[in-house]
Amino acid sequence: MPAAAEGPEGPGFPRLVRPVEGRLVAGVAQGAAAQLGLDPVVLRLAFVLLTVLDGIGAVAYAALWMFTSRVPYEGREPARDWSQVTAYGAIGLALLALGWLTGASTGGIGAWPIAAGGIGSLILWQQADPDRRQRWMDSTVGQARKNRVRTFAGLVLVVIGAIGFLAANNELGKARPGIVFTLVVVGGVALIAAPWLAGLWKELQRERRERIRQEERAEFAAHVHDSVLHTLTLIQRNAHDSREVARLARSQERELRNWLYQPQQDADASVAAAVRRVAAEEEDSHGVPIEVVCVGDCPLTPELSSMVQAARQAMVNAAKYSGSPVVSVYAEVEPGEVTVFVRDRGVGFDMSEVPEDRLGIRQSIIGRMERNGGSARVRTEPGEGTEVMLTMKIEGS
Amino acid sequence: MGAIKVLIVDDHRLFRSGVRAELGDAVEVIGEAEDVESAVRTIAELQPDVVLLDVHMPGGGGQEVLRRVLGSGSQVRFLALSVSDAAEDVIGVIRGGARGYVTKTISGRELTDAIRRVADGDAVFSPRLAGFVLDAFASSEAPAIDPELDSLTQREREVLRLIARGYAYKEIAKELFISVKTVETHVSSVLRKLQLSNRHELSRWATARRLV
Repeated sequence: MPAAAEGPEGPGFPRLVRPVEGRLVAGVAQGAAAQLGLDPVVLRLAFVLLTVLDGIGAVAYAALWMFTSRVPYEGREPARDWSQVTAYGAIGLALLALGWLTGASTGGIGAWPIAAGGIGSLILWQQADPDRRQRWMDSTVGQARKNRVRTFAGLVLVVIGAIGFLAANNELGKARPGIVFTLVVVGGVALIAAPWLAGLWKELQRERRERIRQEERAEFAAHVHDSVLHTLTLIQRNAHDSREVARLARSQERELRNWLYQPQQDADASVAAAVRRVAAEEEDSHGVPIEVVCVGDCPLTPELSSMVQAARQAMVNAAKYSGSPVVSVYAEVEPGEVTVFVRDRGVGFDMSEVPEDRLGIRQSIIGRMERNGGSARVRTEPGEGTEVMLTMKIEGS
Repeated sequence: MGAIKVLIVDDHRLFRSGVRAELGDAVEVIGEAEDVESAVRTIAELQPDVVLLDVHMPGGGGQEVLRRVLGSGSQVRFLALSVSDAAEDVIGVIRGGARGYVTKTISGRELTDAIRRVADGDAVFSPRLAGFVLDAFASSEAPAIDPELDSLTQREREVLRLIARGYAYKEIAKELFISVKTVETHVSSVLRKLQLSNRHELSRWATARRLV
């Protein structure tokens, strides 16, 4: 076996590892090629040839797969180049056919049970690999079921391999009494050990639950420490500044609420989440509470993103200039249309007296909406507060 | 008509005294209770006009108080007052029989208005509650079983939308060219639908949407 995983660890002796990028099956050939300084094609052909000759190639491959570790890979795994896999498969089949036709490798067939058994045990062994098991366990129930299917398939292959091996060597008849004996012994042991194993299993589950609970508690404590205690300290320090105290308390309240109730929302993905985030940011920077109510939701398109920016400008104006104690934001997504209202009960102003060059309203709100195919209306009168209404058509669903 | 008699039910002593101070002389606070048991007892004893009810309390919370008091045929009116803005809680107490829902951040003046409105038999909707109702009644995947109860009229929708936009009843009346009384009628009618509609969606929607 060429340059197996063994070898003293050290900078001079790199370990054989399986890269993810560029792998065809599991990356064994590529890893071994890198180790030996050869072209992976040479090793792949060697594996194919050895497999066709007497199956030993597959066994070697499986063994290497089992005993080497995978190179950690971040992000989505790149897809395999299936055309190459097919090519090697075709070469293998061609060689097999050639060998069978010429009668040169009749002995090779005898090794197939070994290959089957090898693949089966490989599947079973893979489950013991901690990081792979982690990946399988992490996901949903469907994955758990898949896991069980894997185990079952592995067992079947191993059994087929074992029986095939015996049959190929004409030992099946002789082995029968032994098998029966083994089954009886194993059954007896299972009967004796079952209650103990069950107890052990239960204990294990209990411990696991306990550990999860403890982890949750630790996470909770960490969160409370990082945010809540921190804010309380800040509040004590700023006790003389009631505005700052209110701002701190409110931003902490919002954060805690999000953490407790809000499903993980990606602020870049939906209109409601984006409006909430923008409102929260402006609330923090201006110290004026912004009450947000959202009805319905839809994915955030570039146009709607501009709309959210226009709404943000309206919030800034209301928080900075209106003197209103609170700003109300209402966003509604209906089939075919999105509407956002930003309202304050502040001083208001006379629209006709706003100079042409005031960028806030004309450019950042009205202009931006019109450029993106929407519209904005501003309703205001001195002393009556201001309401900015933004509408934009969307693809009706 | 004399001052409105109010009972405050909340498990936080600090909060009770805070509300008492904020309400001032506008209404008469005749008592306090700190858990479900004492609330049920005190309500029967003192017969207040309006109960300010906390949603989260030991012993079953506000919904349990509503169940036991209204279940016994009492005509006391409840205004839910809570820090939680979770849809589950809001829809829960409203369907439990409360005539309104406001959050604890409400100002003293607004709270007094809300209490007066509830005492008069009207409903009090916060902007967020209005948003929830619009959202819940908008998701109409299943056909309405009782069209009268299971859908909102165009006018009710308009009123709710204005509440969600932060308009006070008086401003809504002006906006829609109707009287404040008519606005109150619309809101009460929405409240009735919210309480009586057997749209199973409503509860499911609230549970599915554990949002603040």
